[in-house]
Amino acid sequence: MAVRRKTAYEEWATRYRAGKRAPKESATTISGVPIEPLYTPEDLADWNYNEKLGFPGEFPYTRGVYPSMYRGQLWTIRQFAGYGTAAETNRRYKFLLSQGQAGLSVAFDMPTLMGYDSDDALSQGEVGHCGVAIDSLEDMETLFDGIRLDEITTSMTINSPAAILYAMYIAVGEKEGLSASQLGGTLQNDILKEYIAQKEYIFPPEPSMRLVVDTIVFAARNMPRWNAVSISGYHIREAGSTAIQELAFTLADGMAYVEASIKAGLKVDEFAPRLSFFFDSHIDFFEEIAKFRAARRLWARLMREKYGAKDPKSWMLRFHTQTAGVSLTRQQVENNISRTAYEAMAAVLGGTNSLHTNSMDEVLALPTERAAQIALRTQQVLAHETGVANTIDPLAGSYFIERLTDEMERGAQQYFDQIDEQGGVLRCIENGFFQREIADAAFEFERKLEANERIIVGVNAYQEGEGAPVPTLRIGPETEAAQVSRVKALKARRDNTSVHNRLDELKTVARGTDNLMPPLLNCVRAYVTEGEIMAALKEVFGVYREPILF
Amino acid sequence: MVQTKHYRVLTAKVGLDGHDRGVKVVSRALRDAGVEVIYAGLRQTPEMVVEAGIQEDVDAIGVSLHSGAHMTLIPRILELLKERNASDIVVFGGGIIPKDDADELKKMGVVEIFGPGTSLQTIIDFVNSGFKAR
Amino acid sequence: MSLAGALLAGDVRALARAISLAEDRDPQATELVAELQPQTGKAYLVGLTGSPGTGKSTLADALVKVIRDRGQTVGVIAVDPSSPFTGGAVLGDRIRMSRHTLDKGVFIRSMGARGHLGGLAAATREAIHLLDAYGRDVILVETVGVGQSELEISTICDTIALVVMPESGDAVQTIKAGILEIADVFIVNKMDLGGAEKTRRLIQDALALGPKQPWSPPIVLASAAKEESIDKVWDAILAHRAFLEKSGALAERRQQRLKQEVVAIVAERAREDARRSLEGDTPVARRLRENRNGKLNPYALAQELLRERGLEGGY
Repeated sequence: MAVRRKTAYEEWATRYRAGKRAPKESATTISGVPIEPLYTPEDLADWNYNEKLGFPGEFPYTRGVYPSMYRGQLWTIRQFAGYGTAAETNRRYKFLLSQGQAGLSVAFDMPTLMGYDSDDALSQGEVGHCGVAIDSLEDMETLFDGIRLDEITTSMTINSPAAILYAMYIAVGEKEGLSASQLGGTLQNDILKEYIAQKEYIFPPEPSMRLVVDTIVFAARNMPRWNAVSISGYHIREAGSTAIQELAFTLADGMAYVEASIKAGLKVDEFAPRLSFFFDSHIDFFEEIAKFRAARRLWARLMREKYGAKDPKSWMLRFHTQTAGVSLTRQQVENNISRTAYEAMAAVLGGTNSLHTNSMDEVLALPTERAAQIALRTQQVLAHETGVANTIDPLAGSYFIERLTDEMERGAQQYFDQIDEQGGVLRCIENGFFQREIADAAFEFERKLEANERIIVGVNAYQEGEGAPVPTLRIGPETEAAQVSRVKALKARRDNTSVHNRLDELKTVARGTDNLMPPLLNCVRAYVTEGEIMAALKEVFGVYREPILF
Repeated sequence: MVQTKHYRVLTAKVGLDGHDRGVKVVSRALRDAGVEVIYAGLRQTPEMVVEAGIQEDVDAIGVSLHSGAHMTLIPRILELLKERNASDIVVFGGGIIPKDDADELKKMGVVEIFGPGTSLQTIIDFVNSGFKAR
Repeated sequence: MSLAGALLAGDVRALARAISLAEDRDPQATELVAELQPQTGKAYLVGLTGSPGTGKSTLADALVKVIRDRGQTVGVIAVDPSSPFTGGAVLGDRIRMSRHTLDKGVFIRSMGARGHLGGLAAATREAIHLLDAYGRDVILVETVGVGQSELEISTICDTIALVVMPESGDAVQTIKAGILEIADVFIVNKMDLGGAEKTRRLIQDALALGPKQPWSPPIVLASAAKEESIDKVWDAILAHRAFLEKSGALAERRQQRLKQEVVAIVAERAREDARRSLEGDTPVARRLRENRNGKLNPYALAQELLRERGLEGGY
């Protein structure tokens, strides 16, 4: 009997196992995807470059949405910021712009996110703490005082009341003599992920979708530089999902918005070019890169094949990334600087269009100026010193990366099938499908951490070396007091008859089917407060009660 | 009748923020450690948490906050418990709470603050010790 | 003031503590319930049962609103399963009734089954007596709902409402398993899902096949999540109450309940007594401990214990 000669791979495999120390039995990504010790050309035997990758700026956009990517223009450094009063945040924005940040990103406080004015009983203790307090157009004007809206782009992280803040931003532009079409920016406005993960919902799903579609239609007709929705995976990931779940649930939400907009009468190419996305960049380096590339490929195929989009801009998945807040540790906070740097690099190697890097102290409080500056510098070092921006999609062709990219795509597709079987995204939200998957993944992660199957430096390993406590940002009670007086004074000063009339008009439109943006614009111009608008809409739309799932 | 003892703990998110990953994971872990956990959910006010805690006759109330409102809302819970003669109910917390604030809350009567990265075993040990400070 | 006194005076904490004593099977609890006995018998007891996922808690929440709108006070006992291994539980019913937390006319108590079988907790009866003495007009008992085994509720409540949902195989299982006989009112929840009419007909057909009863259980379609037809659900329950009162069946039911309760109390005592005998320093316990290969006859041992207590017969 002839003994077959070993292949080169088998030779290596023998030597791999025969070392003095046995190699690790198995390894997985942070999401549980198994990772082999070695990848070879065999892993890409059936793989076709043109089908899987193509060229940058070309279907299926795996390598990037623009032909020149960072050689043409670096990703936008867009640091999320906001705290206290509009005046304080205005100062921080001017600082960041002076330090080289190109776009603004507004963080609102909880009362604003939840549709309450600062003087509402439920706002007590919350004003200005995790973002800036915006009660009316007056605050918005202060927020952008001295900043030309046609010279920057602004991203606003707000969901249930998004249309209101959108209207306020447009009104601020009007005061600067700008037409809406001159304004560029993004509204997060992704209500579906609120039901799934972040839980900042207010109205039930149907009227909420109507509001989102109204903003998409309004933007499509009036604001060519505006992204009406930032379809988000970040919050889903932070709530504990795996990378594949983040990818799948985000794109599924995207499809739900596409379908709702088409149902509202828009042609897909009228609005799809302005849909944008927002992903997490977590600590498992290669998995994130694969996820971003798979996202572009999946979306391009869906838009062209499933929705029949003809405009190439409709096929392009453009996205903002934020490094993973949930990966930051309270122990030895300085280590968070390295974590953020690695996560930022993954986002860039994955071709992100804009990026926010977290500050090291955000696990304790909102960032101090110094910590925010370090976060900003992290991106600048990445952009100008490491050379990773010199060539497009540098990891393409890597046996490992291409396999992992395919794996992400396959995993997402499985979820798409499951979601379809259950009747679509809204039905899955009702059934708690997403919430359950996320809660299970979160618990599994925690279990692995407890069992030391996963290591987090400073938390369950290398625990010596706690530095001096870092200074943290304090928002004093004066902030709330000042804001409460301000909004009370506004309510006393303004033309309240006009306020009353605008609210009535709003309710009438809300009960019908016309677009809500025009009456909202009228409301904000009359200095109706956000809380008053939300209360009026709650009267008409009702409130959502979560199907609790554990 | 054979007497049995089960710890009962009310967990809740107080204030407006909806980041419930931590409180859900902790609630599950406590259940796995033999505790009867009443998860009161999101957007609870201090009044609601105290009333529920009293009706459920819990041994402890665990609140989670990520919105920065902890220095207003947690002391209010302590105050309300005192008004209802229920200060024997232990209060502990978690979420985004800087060390200085945690220290101050402990001086006010909160028994423990478990920040991010606290191991589940630590929390379970805390419960099994009869909710004693570490 | 004594615990009983405080409870009767309306002290929420006293009521809550009393229920805890019952849950812990503390002997003080039986004394307390006995002391409060004269103050009981006024509350109307409604049991809500059905498989998990049919929306019982959401329905309970909606019913509480209707009950309150009509001016009555209510106590809710919500039972959830406990882990057989750790003894712990996540009691997730109160969260669906969050909006009633600050209403003084609503008292909600979550209970873990703590190994008790039958769909309720061992302390449920005592908790009901305590809520009754406290002065609640209506007491809603929500069972664990493990499917087809929550028959204990029928020995405790005046009206049993069975919650089903359309397109669930259990609409058919219900008909097979005999739960049909104990339900006084059927509620087809989540009617917005479609298939509710079909489910109603399935139940109607099954009822028609059974023996003729003096009370024809109404089948109400509703949506607890959308709060639609909840008034109809409560009206159906009230109609059953009216029927029971008019026909004299209520008194009969409560008599049955008293008997069941006596049996349950005796059974629990007997169980504990037997366990203690088998673990203590009795001849039977010693023989059990010496026997390592399971050759002893359980019937013979049981007979011995019964004989020691002066109870012959049985096997």
